Amino acid sequence: MTSTPTTGPTGPGPDFTSQRGEEAPPERTDALAAAAHGSFDDHHPPARELLDDCVHCGFCLPTCPTYALWGEEMDSPRGRIYLMEMAEKGEIPLEGAFTTHIDRCLGCMACVTACPSGVQYDRLLEATRPQIERHVPRSRADRLFREAVFTLFPYRRRLRAASLGGALYQKLRPRSMDRLLARLPKRLERLVAMESLLPPVSVRDAFASTPAITSAAGTPRGRVGMLTGCVQDVFFHQVNLATTRVLAAEGYDVIAPREQACCGALGLHAGREEESAERAKALIAVFERADVDVIAVNVAGCGSSMKEYGELLADDPQWSERAAAFSAKVRDVSEVLADALEESRAPRHRIDATVVYHDACHLGHAQKIRAQPRDVLRSIPGLELAELPEAEICCGSAGIYNMLQPEAAGDLGRRKADNIRGTGADLLVTANPGCLLQIRKYLEGELPMFHPVQVLDASIRGVPVGR
Amino acid sequence: MTTATTTAAPGLAREFTAVLPENCVITDEVGLRSYECDGLTGFRQVPAVVVLPRDSEEVAACVRVCARHGVPFVARGAGTGLSGGALPVADGVVISLQKLRRILEIDVENRRAVLEPGVFNLDISRAAGPHGLYYAPDPSSQQVCTIGGNVAENSGGAHCLKYGFTTNHVLEMEVVLADGSVVTLGGPTTEQAGPDLRGLFLGSEGTLGICTKVTVRLLRKPEAVRTVLADFPSIEAAGETVGAIVEASIVPAAVEMMDSLAMEAAEAAVGAGYTVESPSALIIELDGPAEECDEQFAEITRICEDRGATRIHVADSTDERARVWKGRKAAFAAVGRISPDYIVQDGVVPRTRLAEVLSQIAAMGSEVGLRVANVFHAGDGNLHPLVLYSESAGEHEKAEDLSSRIAELCVELGGSLSGEHGIGADKACSMGRMFTDDDLAVMQRVRAGFDPDGLCNPGKVFPTPRLCGERPGPFRPHPLEEAGVISRL
Repeated sequence: MTSTPTTGPTGPGPDFTSQRGEEAPPERTDALAAAAHGSFDDHHPPARELLDDCVHCGFCLPTCPTYALWGEEMDSPRGRIYLMEMAEKGEIPLEGAFTTHIDRCLGCMACVTACPSGVQYDRLLEATRPQIERHVPRSRADRLFREAVFTLFPYRRRLRAASLGGALYQKLRPRSMDRLLARLPKRLERLVAMESLLPPVSVRDAFASTPAITSAAGTPRGRVGMLTGCVQDVFFHQVNLATTRVLAAEGYDVIAPREQACCGALGLHAGREEESAERAKALIAVFERADVDVIAVNVAGCGSSMKEYGELLADDPQWSERAAAFSAKVRDVSEVLADALEESRAPRHRIDATVVYHDACHLGHAQKIRAQPRDVLRSIPGLELAELPEAEICCGSAGIYNMLQPEAAGDLGRRKADNIRGTGADLLVTANPGCLLQIRKYLEGELPMFHPVQVLDASIRGVPVGR
Repeated sequence: MTTATTTAAPGLAREFTAVLPENCVITDEVGLRSYECDGLTGFRQVPAVVVLPRDSEEVAACVRVCARHGVPFVARGAGTGLSGGALPVADGVVISLQKLRRILEIDVENRRAVLEPGVFNLDISRAAGPHGLYYAPDPSSQQVCTIGGNVAENSGGAHCLKYGFTTNHVLEMEVVLADGSVVTLGGPTTEQAGPDLRGLFLGSEGTLGICTKVTVRLLRKPEAVRTVLADFPSIEAAGETVGAIVEASIVPAAVEMMDSLAMEAAEAAVGAGYTVESPSALIIELDGPAEECDEQFAEITRICEDRGATRIHVADSTDERARVWKGRKAAFAAVGRISPDYIVQDGVVPRTRLAEVLSQIAAMGSEVGLRVANVFHAGDGNLHPLVLYSESAGEHEKAEDLSSRIAELCVELGGSLSGEHGIGADKACSMGRMFTDDDLAVMQRVRAGFDPDGLCNPGKVFPTPRLCGERPGPFRPHPLEEAGVISRL
């Protein structure tokens, strides 16, 4: 595009008085530094070279979920990059319209896949969100809601406690609840969204833990560390168990360290950089001690963040190398299983079913993993894969997006559900708990939904899927 | 070229909110600036209001508001145009058609589709595909460009060599005229009585009205498709091969040429399997009955070998064919990977002078020390030279000059200023090189017949003293803006 070295008179100086008093803002080293980045401060603002990569061709528009919904330029990747550019030149402030349109981005990265010019929108967005978190005061309600999410979700023990309440609530939920919720005022729509996403809770599962060591069947061909996750371990414990079983069946020793905690992905994708960096360091230390060859992840969003630890901690001299070494070991579980296919040790039983595979954005777009989960599923005799129209468009889950932007997420969820229905498949599989919860909300009871490893696990054990 | 201030029109905005829901009327500054340019970012103009009507009636209602106030308006599809055709008018209205995206009907028996203007070109073929049908015109931006924009620009694409341009595939249109009246041009069948107003409207670049519904022809998918990649030792050899193919009375579905620079860029973007070291390559596609394809393929192989082809490769899987085309279609934007800035030119020469024009372009480029990547529809002589330059190295003027001289060279060689990207704001000033004053005056009279007050996309296509008095080139901030005296918001 153009390069104009002007600094705008309209851009406000960055606001270094943190409104929330949590993360300490970075030191300002140079009085001119702020002006050099317009409305952004000088702590990793969206880089000019990355902004310049965009040639405004528009190839990203059709795959952008919000553009698909509204058709408005400001809510497209091209438009958002244009806004970042204006902010970078100091022509517009961060507060107001800029924040609104960046907040509405799902971070699905479909635009990265679509872009012929190689624009790294993922890096632009990850540079922009912390700037907003630092400089834009949120409304009281918004702040409280975000804090609540980040005080609950990354903590397994808190989630377990909450799951008790959830299970009780689901048992006792009065029939009149739907009517009651529908009558709640609009400003509480986020709470309604949260309620409706609540997975069916099994108290036994929520409190069970994944075995710390699962030994390989036969001579081990490798030592795999496993991320058990926070939400995954409490609400999708069966997926973790299935993961340990299939990896062991394929000849890997599986190490799932008990002391591991949240990987920080939820926070990182919401711009909570400092907090996520701390979580990253803790997780790196845990897996260094476990001494594993690869680290397998069965949650798309977590794997995508863990592969980026190297970049997240690049500035930290004590951690940059360790983080890069850690990231180099991270693989999605489907990558590990696809590699094992050639010399597969675990015979499969037939599963006669048509399966529709939903690409989680953080697997397909962010990690470019599309073939491996399909190859793994195709290794099951009798199983047919159905193609999903608009496969590249996000289901609306997008981390905590469906709680923060329930209306857009709802429209996207219904759209995805319609497309899935149209395939006539017997089963839906997807490798992300967020997608699973989101899609379940719009296809409740219409067809069973699983993580791919659960289907593989059933095939290896010769039991019905989900048993 | 640019504007420093915009007088917001609160009164006008209020009128629009009377006919549209509030969230379909954009008046905030950040929103308005998002619409200040289309795919050609060198031209920028902040509009007064952007409206997003949701159906044909709402489009007409918006146009009536504009007509009542004498405010100019510009229709906009996906904003991918490369000639600044959707550039807003100062204090004018942008009417975005991106909420009119329904495929209204796929009539399989009669092989027709009825579409709203905001439907993406590729989505037509996606919807028709399950019935064995497709929509033939395929601009390189087909994944995102809209049928409404295709109608405005009479877009072509790789396969227009055999199948023709948009005008050959549009049967009927519903059009909102400048006074807000709604008319139907053309009809459900190809032969209509009376003057061909449909043909006049096609390619009028938004200067005659806004198309709100389109009926297009669908074709049956060919029985067989053969896609061949042939590398050549020189760009001239590739150019001569194209001539020889046409002389042999073969009409391939597409003949595309790329030079090594373009291949390097496209390969980086897509990994299509091009030979990047080769000075040039042709993508030749044949389609039709399998037997005919095989026969023509044998003949084309012979012609390529005669002209010294260094490699002839058949993309035989559907996947590989898709990659070859994806690389070709991503080539413009992919050039962004090998050069910080570039200008896409669009011109036409008689096919017989392809080799000549290519040598001359290369010579002109090396004379001024700029690289020119070539990627174009060779079969019908439609060139898309891309002039690569660096804005920060101060090469812009040089590049702009070279690009204009290439377009003028096309006219000199008996060709045209534009093949398919349109005249828009970009080349309005060059129209005088192709047309006499009388020619232009007649065009103006026809235009005034549709739009006497000049409200539909004014400042495009026709040269105007105001427009041409300013220097062409990429966006530059106003001096007062740079000095901080005025602001764009």
